Amino acid sequence: MPELLQFCVSGLTVGAVYALVALGFTIIYNASDVVNFAQGEFVMIGGMTTVFATAAGVPLPLAVIGAILVAMVVGLLLHRLAIEPARGASPVTLIIITIGASIFLRGLAQVVFDKQFHSLPAFSGDTPIRFGGAAILPQSFWVLGGAAVIVVLLWGFFNRTLIGKAVLATAANRLAARLVGINTSFVMGLSFVMSAAIGAIAGILVTPITLTSYDVGMLLALKGFAAAMLGGMGNPLGAVVGGLAVGLLEALGAGYISSTYKDAIAFIVILVVLFALPGGLFGKASVERV
Amino acid sequence: MGKLLSHRLAVPVVIALLVVALSFAMPSNFYYRVAALVWISALAVIGLNLLMGYAGQVSLGHAGFFGIGAYAVAVLPAQFGLHPLVAALAGAVATAAIAFLVGRPILRLKGHYLAVATLGFGILIAMTISNEAWLTGGPDGMPVERLTLFGWRVRGADTWYWISGGLLVIGAWIACNLVASPTGRALRALHDSEVAARVAGIDVARAKLTVFVISAVYASVAGSTLALVNGFVTPDKANFLHSIELVTMVVLGGMGSILGSLAGAAILVVLPQVLTGFHDYEHMILGLIMMVIMIVLRAGIVPSLAAFFQGRRNK
Amino acid sequence: MSTTTPLLAVDGIGISFGGVRAVDNVGFTARAGEVFSIIGPNGAGKTTLFNLVSGVYTPKAGSVHLAGEPVTALEPNRLAERGLSRTFQNLQVFFRMTARENVMVGRHLREKRGLLAHLFALPSTGRQNRESAAVADALLERVGLSAQADIPAANLSYGALKRLEIARALAAEPKALLLDEPAAGCNAVETEEIEKLIRRIADDGVAVVLVEHDMKLVMRISDRILVLDQGRVLAEGSAAEIRSNPKVIEAYLGTHGTREANLALD
Repeated sequence: MPELLQFCVSGLTVGAVYALVALGFTIIYNASDVVNFAQGEFVMIGGMTTVFATAAGVPLPLAVIGAILVAMVVGLLLHRLAIEPARGASPVTLIIITIGASIFLRGLAQVVFDKQFHSLPAFSGDTPIRFGGAAILPQSFWVLGGAAVIVVLLWGFFNRTLIGKAVLATAANRLAARLVGINTSFVMGLSFVMSAAIGAIAGILVTPITLTSYDVGMLLALKGFAAAMLGGMGNPLGAVVGGLAVGLLEALGAGYISSTYKDAIAFIVILVVLFALPGGLFGKASVERV
Repeated sequence: MGKLLSHRLAVPVVIALLVVALSFAMPSNFYYRVAALVWISALAVIGLNLLMGYAGQVSLGHAGFFGIGAYAVAVLPAQFGLHPLVAALAGAVATAAIAFLVGRPILRLKGHYLAVATLGFGILIAMTISNEAWLTGGPDGMPVERLTLFGWRVRGADTWYWISGGLLVIGAWIACNLVASPTGRALRALHDSEVAARVAGIDVARAKLTVFVISAVYASVAGSTLALVNGFVTPDKANFLHSIELVTMVVLGGMGSILGSLAGAAILVVLPQVLTGFHDYEHMILGLIMMVIMIVLRAGIVPSLAAFFQGRRNK
Repeated sequence: MSTTTPLLAVDGIGISFGGVRAVDNVGFTARAGEVFSIIGPNGAGKTTLFNLVSGVYTPKAGSVHLAGEPVTALEPNRLAERGLSRTFQNLQVFFRMTARENVMVGRHLREKRGLLAHLFALPSTGRQNRESAAVADALLERVGLSAQADIPAANLSYGALKRLEIARALAAEPKALLLDEPAAGCNAVETEEIEKLIRRIADDGVAVVLVEHDMKLVMRISDRILVLDQGRVLAEGSAAEIRSNPKVIEAYLGTHGTREANLALD
């Protein structure tokens, strides 16, 4: 039993990061139909900027805020300089643009930072908390708590604020949103900035546990994408559940079956789920309109 | 002129002329080698383009098929003493069989769901290759027996330039044949409207499966060829980064353009070679060039340029 | 088969979407050589009925028979093999292909398979392509699109695309043909052309089932008419019978005077 609890906690911790990446995918996808494969780079930017700022003597809280701001600026630039000029291009073209952006940002990080692995000191020390026979790192609670706070804030934003509702309206029907006076270009830019901030926070929270380097983004993007699809593309709840599920599957698979095949186990489950539910866990079955 | 270019044989002939013409401009073995790598990548990209550009079905797992082809010519001769050509053939047959079995359930998925399913499948193959070290040498890879044909040892970058160039021309010829045939029309039709294709009597599931298997075999043959050229295989050619690279080549060059497949492959193979001189800036420049090409030539290099010149002529 | 036995027989067919009965217990028969029209207000379920008959949707109840054989819930491509073809209200055209290629796709069932022959361009494939192209050109001429044969469908006008869909459907040499608003967006001259075309198709022995909003066209061309309202059959009969049916008049114009209704249905 303690073993199971241990695996679950570490799985949920990693899963929370996947969930945040998947949420980032979902927000941008809903606002613009773009599948942003540079999503993982926001996570990297958050972690790396904080690492280098603290190393330069900036206090951690300031470094964190700075890192989030840097990621937001990068998100905005990505939208303004790469996505907006290609407006109207096919989804596949836009995906390749974001892959180009991902390679570019990785290259940039390699120049601005370096090619080493880096860590941050855990926010509340490294003494494991004993709970039900399992040893849980305090940082795990930071990650899980941070993810929970973000989910709640997002929920409030989308359901309680006018801008949030404008984003939802744009997601539901872009043309109709424009007709009622919503600035859809602003909404798309906002979605990139928000996704960047979410990604950066995930990167900062998890760096003390998993380390970071200039090239951690691509794998995170793929896992986040898989999580978003598992939940059902465009569904925020699906993104969170999908992310946590992928993290859990990896941890349980690694613990009980084979650590070398842990990624494979997650993907086998995703394949099985998609064969049964071709629109993901929370996807709607669509009727073809002809 | 336009009539001539739209002929079924135009593209393979153009590629053949290019292979011959370029051979006169090769200053050293290094250039022959890079060109051979372009031909091999282009072969895999043509196959993927049949699936993506013509039938409109994405695959983020094609490097897996590439890997099966590559490891077939490494493992089968080493373990069972098969001739490399027989091994390549066995690899292609195995790839076709796997694609057939996996394609059935996977191709029921659409769009991004299909992307993530093929991604997962590709990762399964890549993980198997890098984890089963007893067979594949694991992450370090394994050597490939040199190809010998009737006592003649095939070696030298220039020889491989001609062999891979020849394979590319054959691959382009077959692809152009397919596109211009009833099967090809069925594929292009289901890309635009699945429901209209079905009403026209097309068995959409079967058509998708057919092109999936064909494109997988292209990847497998390309993988086998690369393994023989390099004399060594590593698991990275089977992993998802290579899959994404292949998809990028398709889109960069132009979906639904055989000539574009060559252009896309050429850019992503040659650019990194050119950019090694820029050391740390290599990735930045590569990413930047990719973004700029896609923003300026959104339909891909060849289709966008073709439309541009056609538009100018009509003015 | 004599012309009086029904070629297409639909019986008690129905489907619901989210609890709403979009089509409820609808039946009709269409004979070879006749034009059978289905009319009704917007949202009456006409297109849904087409989707049920052509296998695009799977019916929850009822049956479809084609030339006496049960074909209920068959896949559209299986139905096509048995001789049913259709066009679409909202245009399902292969936009990246030329007009000729669009019609050639319609020949799919009549074309020889044989993947190896296709991959290696064996002489049989070339012959097949020329044959299909010749049929396509003849059909394009029949619908008045000869001049546009080599133009990508994306560049054709709305009216031309409607006719292109008819040519594509005819390429399969169907026994029964469902036409969903073929005259939508056509001017008077084009509508007249379409009318002649439909008449000729029926005269060739095809059972034509027509959904159309242009009442003048429907009244002129139809041998029999079925009126749908809210997914149910409201009336069936000849043009004259439908025109004077009080239930139909009410459905179209509420309880207003019959004079306006007559105008609308004329």
